[in-house]
Amino acid sequence: MTELAATDPLPKPKRDIAPILLPIAVALVMIPLIGSPSTWLTLTAASLAMGMMIFIMASGLTLVFGLMDVLNFGHGAFIAVGAYVATLVLAPFAASLQADSLWINLAVLAPAALLSMAVSGALGLIVERVLILPVYGQHLKQILMTTGGLIVAEQTLYAVWGPQIIPMPLPTSLRGSFILGDVAIAKYRGLATLIGLAVFIAIQLVLNRTKLGLLIRAGVENREMVEALGYRIRRLFLGVFMTGSALAGLGGVMWALYREQVHASMSDDLTVLIFIVVIIGGLGSIGGCFIGAILVAMIANYGGFLVPKLALVSNILLMVAILMWRPRGLYAVTSR
Amino acid sequence: MTDLLRLSGVHTHIGRYHILQGIDFAVAQGQTTMLLGRNGAGKTTTLRTIMGLWQASSGEISLAGERIESRATPDIARLGVGYVPESMAVFSDLTVKENLVLAARDGPLDDAQLDWIFGFFPALRRFWLSRAGSLSGGQKQMLSIARAIIEPRKLLLIDEPTKGLAPAIVMALIECLKEIKRKGATILMVEQNFFAARELGDNVLVMDNGTIVHRGEMAALASDVPLQERLLGLSLETHQ
Repeated sequence: MTELAATDPLPKPKRDIAPILLPIAVALVMIPLIGSPSTWLTLTAASLAMGMMIFIMASGLTLVFGLMDVLNFGHGAFIAVGAYVATLVLAPFAASLQADSLWINLAVLAPAALLSMAVSGALGLIVERVLILPVYGQHLKQILMTTGGLIVAEQTLYAVWGPQIIPMPLPTSLRGSFILGDVAIAKYRGLATLIGLAVFIAIQLVLNRTKLGLLIRAGVENREMVEALGYRIRRLFLGVFMTGSALAGLGGVMWALYREQVHASMSDDLTVLIFIVVIIGGLGSIGGCFIGAILVAMIANYGGFLVPKLALVSNILLMVAILMWRPRGLYAVTSR
Repeated sequence: MTDLLRLSGVHTHIGRYHILQGIDFAVAQGQTTMLLGRNGAGKTTTLRTIMGLWQASSGEISLAGERIESRATPDIARLGVGYVPESMAVFSDLTVKENLVLAARDGPLDDAQLDWIFGFFPALRRFWLSRAGSLSGGQKQMLSIARAIIEPRKLLLIDEPTKGLAPAIVMALIECLKEIKRKGATILMVEQNFFAARELGDNVLVMDNGTIVHRGEMAALASDVPLQERLLGLSLETHQ
């Protein structure tokens, strides 16, 4: 062991930047394949927006998976509930959404999103206490309980709102596109990208700059040792579960606006995508989840444009390729 | 000398296995008590039961006169018990600094305490901002011990700190633990390395099949070769 002199600078940690470079490399490789720079830019912007929305929905799941070792197959319920709850605010204020003012539109959208997050978070509290608590440490029972919970949630949404698809039109000021030269970038996609980035930065700041974040990261790796250091991790579990549920609710609102419709089984396809993102990213890794979400969205958009017939299997192929490169995901959380 | 830790008739079951079968012992304040015995004797289970990581099925455990056998692990830790598990259990994805920040529950890191720790664990200073997962086995053990002593603790529970370490690192660890002893720490330590046990222990407990089969002063056991061979199946001379 070599001792540093007191004046020597302390060494800096090495960063693993290969996964960060991967989406950049994919985007660059696509330029000659797509041919038209404007089409490439439009697809890239669409990928970023879609990736951010998937990230918001998946971030809670990866933390819950990593920290609590809980396989929550019912995560999609929070997405659908979030979207439906938003309609409670958006429907009565439909006229305000049609106003040609960004501020009036946002004055309706923001409370709708906040209410969705609050209700999804509260639902998360109930699910954790009622469905998850009795089956901690029992993966098979967790799958059964949470899948059952998802079915109950979907059927409840059908019973309350009916089987029809509910339209959720974009507010007037978020319709249309920004035109930059011959490139068109949809306004809503721009907003979704900004919100996704804000959520990512906020989560990163909490995880890396606060003691609460340290506890979450440590708990993902070794819950028992965190308790042996004197921290009550059960309360932390509950807080993370509720936050993850609330984020899924926010993602649900954003996805519903993206698709401009809400239906009870809207989360079915998303759940598969979200699990792929969580696995690609490395269970419990927020950074990996972020990059994984962008990659999944890129493959969906670029792949859909270049080889539409591969669209159905493209994300599975991506997952296989990533896991062959890094079997525990882009950023493996150690000892899990 | 007053007893800091006392176990009376403690039984622990793990699933259908009856691991601890009514153990009684006390750890005196300011002393280092070594817990010896063959693999599977129940040593680690004893430490985990004291720490509340496995619940005692029956019996009493008291720390400074306060009953703790029904308390949750975080509460026991907050009573002033530091735990260094056999697996070291450093948080690999956190830096050395973050591991210690987390261990310093009650506030920011104390510079004087940190300097004291760096004094015998210079590697921790060298790798201060490195991920703990990138440390060697010996360095992880140092971090694990540093985490337990970053704040004053009433009692340290240390599980096989020398396991799997190179002899030079073992000697450095022994010197460090002696220094911790000199500061008045009370330690209950599981150890398979009889040389380390002799160097550090004031008292000794020998376990077999979940019971205490011998208790006494470490010096007495260290000087009694037939007793060592009877209890441990080896002697210090052959072990060195």
